[in-house]
Amino acid sequence: MKPAPFTRHVPRTVDEVVSALAEFAPLDGRILAGGQSLVPIMAFRMARPAHLIDINEVEGLDRLAVDGDYLSIGARVRHGAFHKPVIDGPLGKLLAFVVSHIAHYPIRMRGTFCGSLAHADPASEWCLVAATLDAQLVVKSVRGERIVPVTDFLEGIMSTSLAEDEFLAEARLPLLPDDTKFGFYEFSRRAGDFAMSAALVTYRLVDGVIADAHVGIGGAEDRARRITEAEDVLNGQAPSPELFVAAGEAAANAIEPLEDIQTTAEYRCDLVRAVTRRALERSLQ
Amino acid sequence: MTVHTKGSGTTWVGRSIRRLEDPALVTGRGRFTADMPATHWVRFVRSGVAAGTIKNITAPEGASIVTAKDLAKLKPIRPMLSKFNYVAVGQPILADGVVRFTGESIAAVYAPSKDQAEDIADQIEVEISEGAPLIDAMDALAGDAPLVHADTKHNVIVEGRIATPGFEDVWKTAHKVLHVEARSHRQNATPMEARAGHAAYDGSTGRVTLTCTTQMPHLTRTAVCDILGIPESDLRVVAPDVGGGFGQKMSLAPEYVLLVWLARKLRSSVAWTEDRRENLIASFHSRDQHVQLEGAFDKSGKLLALRGDIVANIGAYSCFPTTCGVEPLMALAELPGPYDVRAYDCRSRGVMTNTCPMAPYRGVSRPVITFVLERLMDKAAAAFGIEPTELRRRNLIDKFPYTSATGLVFDDGSYKETMEMAIKAIDLDAFRKRQKTARDAGRYLGIGFATFSERTGYGSPAFAARGMEITPGFETVYLTIDPSGFVEARIGSSPHGQGLRTSLAQIIADEIGIDPEFIKVVHGDTDRSPYGWGTFASRSLVLSGGASLLAAQKIRAKLLKMASHFLEAAPEDITLQSGSAHVIGTDRSVTIASMARAAYHQTHIFKGEIEPGLTETGTYDPSGTFSNACHVAIVEVDIETGRVEMEKFLVAEDAGLIINPMIADGQVHGGVAQGIGNALLEEIIYDETGNILTSTLADFLPPTTREIPEIELHHVETLTGNSITKAKGLGEGGAIGAPAAVISAINDALSPFGISIDEMPATPQRIRAALRSSGKLPSNGKTA
Repeated sequence: MKPAPFTRHVPRTVDEVVSALAEFAPLDGRILAGGQSLVPIMAFRMARPAHLIDINEVEGLDRLAVDGDYLSIGARVRHGAFHKPVIDGPLGKLLAFVVSHIAHYPIRMRGTFCGSLAHADPASEWCLVAATLDAQLVVKSVRGERIVPVTDFLEGIMSTSLAEDEFLAEARLPLLPDDTKFGFYEFSRRAGDFAMSAALVTYRLVDGVIADAHVGIGGAEDRARRITEAEDVLNGQAPSPELFVAAGEAAANAIEPLEDIQTTAEYRCDLVRAVTRRALERSLQ
Repeated sequence: MTVHTKGSGTTWVGRSIRRLEDPALVTGRGRFTADMPATHWVRFVRSGVAAGTIKNITAPEGASIVTAKDLAKLKPIRPMLSKFNYVAVGQPILADGVVRFTGESIAAVYAPSKDQAEDIADQIEVEISEGAPLIDAMDALAGDAPLVHADTKHNVIVEGRIATPGFEDVWKTAHKVLHVEARSHRQNATPMEARAGHAAYDGSTGRVTLTCTTQMPHLTRTAVCDILGIPESDLRVVAPDVGGGFGQKMSLAPEYVLLVWLARKLRSSVAWTEDRRENLIASFHSRDQHVQLEGAFDKSGKLLALRGDIVANIGAYSCFPTTCGVEPLMALAELPGPYDVRAYDCRSRGVMTNTCPMAPYRGVSRPVITFVLERLMDKAAAAFGIEPTELRRRNLIDKFPYTSATGLVFDDGSYKETMEMAIKAIDLDAFRKRQKTARDAGRYLGIGFATFSERTGYGSPAFAARGMEITPGFETVYLTIDPSGFVEARIGSSPHGQGLRTSLAQIIADEIGIDPEFIKVVHGDTDRSPYGWGTFASRSLVLSGGASLLAAQKIRAKLLKMASHFLEAAPEDITLQSGSAHVIGTDRSVTIASMARAAYHQTHIFKGEIEPGLTETGTYDPSGTFSNACHVAIVEVDIETGRVEMEKFLVAEDAGLIINPMIADGQVHGGVAQGIGNALLEEIIYDETGNILTSTLADFLPPTTREIPEIELHHVETLTGNSITKAKGLGEGGAIGAPAAVISAINDALSPFGISIDEMPATPQRIRAALRSSGKLPSNGKTA
């Protein structure tokens, strides 16, 4: 269980990263960040990159800071950075709550936020966070920089819109207004396992009714995304158990569920119904 | 929390002394097979298909490769049974023209490093003409199914039946008949250390030392030498520290045969370390069974008769030394469990498929049959409208010795007592009230009881009854006090985590008056230890413990005789304690160390009345003894998702005299954890092409500490005449009872829905599907 042979490159600057990518991506080169997904699948030889461009020494990519109205998360920021709220207000709390669901402690000390997005596992908690909060993603290559909305970034199971020579340098999460309520609920077989379904909800209460509801579902479809059908149920209504049940129902009806040998579409919908309602219930706790 | 019914006295036995094994293990000084350097590293090229014919094997230029044609002189692995219509199929060391399961070794390559070997193996191209694989045993039994081995009929490799006379007459008198159709899915024992072997050729003697992670070094030596056709004196087998076995490491790995063959060919050292994927697909599997069981009860809820049909999927080959009969035949003999039932009619078959071969796994069939039988008892209790424990109370055996319908003789036990203890400790009445309150609030709590027996420490007659060519029975211990005054016990058992070194030292210490820390137990080296059978089947404490006691009694007698010389007192007036012989009631004493010195260096002082040296042999071959326990699980089922949350687990257990309570508790804890994994999580899944979908630990899910609840233990100590140390085995009980208790608790929780979960593991998907099928789910999932 050893990876197939590969060459490791260790750039020190973003410029070196993008030029290494331009050179080696066509020769089956890939970015190595935390390696918590890539290295195991290389060990199984399910992935056999000939070149690894290791960004762990690149200066500046470990930046985690507020820029104006968003939180900027550099490509080297590890999951563990979010164990304690990184900023005051609901966003820091939300990230701290979610991060405890990501795998296990040693993995969180190594794996990166941007790496999770670039890997695009449908069950990824960070993909769900990015999708629910409408993240903007900063993508770089020798051709320059572009900023991609998350909906245009996540394309499917382990699939993104990154071009061969591009890498995800930074994720930008919009700051949440102080009165934002949030709830997260994940269902997995064991503690730390991949989510079989997860829901993240955020909204504001304006005059006792829900406004600007975001309902994100992960682990259930080929990618995490917002479910507008569930948001429509919530917006303009006062929170109530019945409303949350209805939102769960709307989410379950709206998804195109993943199936596998153990998990039917019907069961996945059952989970979505449950996790959506429970995330909403948690938003009031 | 642990409650012991017997306090510790002045003996070493009965005390929770710290394990003598642990200092090395917890400070990183353990020595494992994979730690050893080697000149050549082997990588196996494994079949990517489940059934087919090998057309061609292409290796890159210069690759060092071994295929079946190089091994033409080797015999296949062909374990034997003389009964039960057993068909003696052979397993080649490397697939010889035909592949029979995904993961079967087709070739071995070797290179100076592990990584290079893997890179070369990666470039080997194997062309296979694919056949239609048989995955499920029921499909393999179908009349038109292809044959995995041509010698079998309908792929049945072993078939047994036990029918008591007059069965039908009893059956006709039934007041109620209950039926269970149960399925236990396939599992992997998943030891923390996967398999590993290292074979080193010694140029001066021509011998090979095979270091490997095995539970039975001597049987490995015998098997490898038989297959290679070499004298056993040419092979030394060493089991160093072994990171768990659970049965997976008691069967011969064909890979080890290849290593020894290659070390002899290259006159060098060769090594192989199995990776986790290989372990999950190509090491041994178990517990893949379909069981049909019917029970006939009289008006009072007394079980009159049991009728069963067991089908065990044993995979593509038969494991050495037990044969694949181990699962179906164990199930056949022990299905009636701890209940008094006189009429029994059961058929049990082992069926071959294109899947990884089956080997014993902690509990061997009993986790499955206990689960099925306890489902039957729970269903009967529901039919009679009584507590499941009440139905058990009316049926558990309580007069000993008890001879079962299958001819097993149960020695003294505490089947009812442990259950009553468990009912009291868990406070069943209080739970029922809490359960009702929770249900009213839309929460589904359940409690499950499993009462069972654990046959342990059986000697050679028990295995002979199964018709085994090899009857692993006796154990021998060579016990020596050397001139330094230190004690060495060389044993044939091969512990690998059980703490046996400590437990045996405690038994010996009490007899010869030397503290355990001065007693070294040597095992796992065929050059150093007497021929023995290794460690499996909850046998080692009973057998090696008994042999240790017998040897220690002889040493004690000799020490007393010597002390009588030194102290000029009658032997009966002398005690041995803390390293000295004392004349009772006086201050006269002599150290055992000085007597040991004299036994070798000053033998003239005994004037020929005492033989020189201080070594004695003990051999023990008992009839066997039954441990028993009652397991209780409390769970909560999330009816919306099907998820089972373990709230509490309780064990009331009787394994006779407990030698070291801490070690005994640890055995139960580990077994219960595995049992919970079996009940809820662990499943090897093949797709219809015979490919394994659960080849990583992200897909095959052993429980973690987060999934295991608090485990409360209670002990009863019934002293049996069937074990000279009064200790019974308890290595498997945790794993035997826990699945039944957990499944029972799930069914109790879901009783309002009128469904029955008769499948293991009870995954959330299966539970939720059953709930849906009930048609009784509340629309919002919150209230019933």
